[in-house]
Amino acid sequence: MKLLKYVLVGFVFGIVLTKAEAVSWYRIYEMFHFQSFHMYGIIMTAIVTGVVGVYLIKKINLKDINGGAIYIMPKEKGNIRYWIGGIIFGLGWAMIGACPGPIFIMLGAGFMAMGVVLIGALFGTFLYGLIKNKLPH
Amino acid sequence: MEFLSQTWHWSIAGFLIGIIMLVLIYFGNHFGMSSNLRSLCSMTGIGKRISFFDWDWKSQRWNLAVVFGAMIGGFVAIHFLSIPSNVELNPKTIEELNSLGIDAPNGKFLPDYFFGKDFYKSPKILGMLFLGGLLVGFGSRYAGGCTSGHAISGLSNLQLPSLKAVIGFFVGGLIMSYFLLPYLLK
Repeated sequence: MKLLKYVLVGFVFGIVLTKAEAVSWYRIYEMFHFQSFHMYGIIMTAIVTGVVGVYLIKKINLKDINGGAIYIMPKEKGNIRYWIGGIIFGLGWAMIGACPGPIFIMLGAGFMAMGVVLIGALFGTFLYGLIKNKLPH
Repeated sequence: MEFLSQTWHWSIAGFLIGIIMLVLIYFGNHFGMSSNLRSLCSMTGIGKRISFFDWDWKSQRWNLAVVFGAMIGGFVAIHFLSIPSNVELNPKTIEELNSLGIDAPNGKFLPDYFFGKDFYKSPKILGMLFLGGLLVGFGSRYAGGCTSGHAISGLSNLQLPSLKAVIGFFVGGLIMSYFLLPYLLK
């Protein structure tokens, strides 16, 4: 039952991303060709909402749902992993027009071809785990 | 229902995505989709051989629950909340795509070229779907996050590493979209 609230949040997330068409291959192409403000608007509004929300959470010392302290883990310092990893991710994102959230969402919507993308993504994750120690970070 | 079925305005969608991230923080967790890929790999028991997958993935079951809900949400939105006027692109985009051999949306969310019913008949399409997924999976783990973990969560917490990753996402995306994709589609 503890997991039910997460299923509900996910359900809303799936609806929002689909109805915003952020799950659409076309919208990603349009974004990378600067032919619409739509995707930039979504991302920027989400970030502004997030920045204000995170600021307020810290400011009022909000406790989480279980009464524990909220601690947002900072990202590890580094350069190569973010630049190179980011570029590799971007190449895939623009090619199949889906990042991890939309891969799952569109698979759920019944697009079987997304299953192939998911298998590729799992293999890519596996590959990273396999060679992680040989990569510069 | 009309207000639900039409394309949602970017400001409403963006605001709700921000709220979803904040709700997950309030639940004592965080917003990040790609780590589920690591959990799914770890579920196979491969952690016995590769240390990266030897971690407490069971503590991440809540995130798999989010993904499960998102899949149902996608199903409901596509099958019950879609109308033919959805995915109204810039006419210039449609023209450009047409010259690349990609079918126009006409209410579809994904092009038949990649995601149509016959996708499995073309080795080239299968290869592109797999390769695209591989780059996304590898890149998000290397960078330590994807659009949700870096662009939304990380930037909301003013993290410099996330800014580097997001700039990387766009550099990679622009290279693919302008230089590689037209070549791959020919």
